[in-house]
Amino acid sequence: MCGLCGALAGADHWADAAVTDGGTRSQRRQLRTRVANEVLAYYGLSLKEALSGSSLLQSRTGQTALVPHLGALWPAAERLAKRPLDPLDPDLIAALTRQDAKARI
Amino acid sequence: MTSALIPVNLITGFLGSGKTTLLQTALRSPELGTTAVLINEFGEVGLDHYLLQRVDEATVLLESGCVCCTIRGDLRDSIRDLYDRRERGLVPPFERLIIETTGLADPAPIVTTLTADPVLCHHFRIGNIVTVVDAVNGLSNLASFEESRRQAAVADRLVISKCDIADAGAIDRLRASLRRLNPTAVQRDATPDAMSAARLLIADIDDPVAKSEEAHRWLAEEEDLIAEHDHGGDYPHSHGISRHGDDIVTFSVRLDEPLQWSAFAVWLTMLLNRHGRAILRIKGLLHVAGVPTPVVIHGVQHTIHQPTHLAAWPDDAPQTRLIVIAKGVDRARVETSLAAFNRLATAA
Repeated sequence: MCGLCGALAGADHWADAAVTDGGTRSQRRQLRTRVANEVLAYYGLSLKEALSGSSLLQSRTGQTALVPHLGALWPAAERLAKRPLDPLDPDLIAALTRQDAKARI
Repeated sequence: MTSALIPVNLITGFLGSGKTTLLQTALRSPELGTTAVLINEFGEVGLDHYLLQRVDEATVLLESGCVCCTIRGDLRDSIRDLYDRRERGLVPPFERLIIETTGLADPAPIVTTLTADPVLCHHFRIGNIVTVVDAVNGLSNLASFEESRRQAAVADRLVISKCDIADAGAIDRLRASLRRLNPTAVQRDATPDAMSAARLLIADIDDPVAKSEEAHRWLAEEEDLIAEHDHGGDYPHSHGISRHGDDIVTFSVRLDEPLQWSAFAVWLTMLLNRHGRAILRIKGLLHVAGVPTPVVIHGVQHTIHQPTHLAAWPDDAPQTRLIVIAKGVDRARVETSLAAFNRLATAA
């Protein structure tokens, strides 16, 4: 059991709550995977949707981890990236801002 | 969904602060008529005979040590056992559970135990965390003990006890100190009135009756934070930062554009993974894109409660507003980071 991320079989994660009306559950999941991938790419990682609502996290060296929900994604990503993943890192924020600017051109 | 879950209140506070007295007072109220109580038997005041009779079979005395970290498994097992006996009709069908922690407990692991367990999370929800602070020793405890500061920082309600034997000036200084540490918590003097004590536990953000008032209060506190404290200038909003000593700070984060839920979920899970220990409390209203009503989000450290909706914006001004109580986390970076993540979801 992971007390940090709540990675327990059958546990509902708050991030999976149906907060928005827009789109189907599948579309919402796709959008979330896309956003997560924008961040993970900075660390050389990528995320793919897998069966049963889980996602497959991959590193460039071929290491993989199955993550059941968003809470479990980041501890797994830190293990594969072998470094802390900090959303407050100014370099990450700058990289995301550049990506965003490119996407809008 | 949350209304069907059994609320769990934590009563916490430093050694000798008067937790058991508050518990005894609240349990006299008819509003808490079907309440189960979990206590640690090494508390500073033994529960009296009346209370033991009152909770009857629903009382479970934990066998060892601290309710919090060291026997978290025991706590989980105790609550599971209690619920199982409730379902089998072996104890009265209690509608609320109160956990009284030890004086040195950090409430966060208890919250995590309840919300991360795959069984408990489907039957229980966290209600108000009530922290009792002793007016005589409170200031000194806050200054000297991180446990005391953490207990106050995560509270929804702060009860100041022993006001009758404390110096009026000291009480005022304690109130001000607590307000700097946790401006979002309601402060009340300890009272012998059972109904008032019970309301401290009952009126929370998931209570259908109290929900709207509670949200109004959050927004008012957030406005006060901005009005009363520092004003930067390097960022789109110069949001207040309330400092307590040199470690725990309270600040407000706003976002003008509608929040993309997918981006927020990615951002907050990542933030809590890296900074969950430092973020003692986060609460607020979200203006989620495509959702006309506010989404309520709140949590303690790594644990975020299931989001809920309010019927309408309290001030008819949809805007994402978060209040964060944290140690060593920079407000400007939090705000900039949230905005950057949010734009990822709106980019073409």
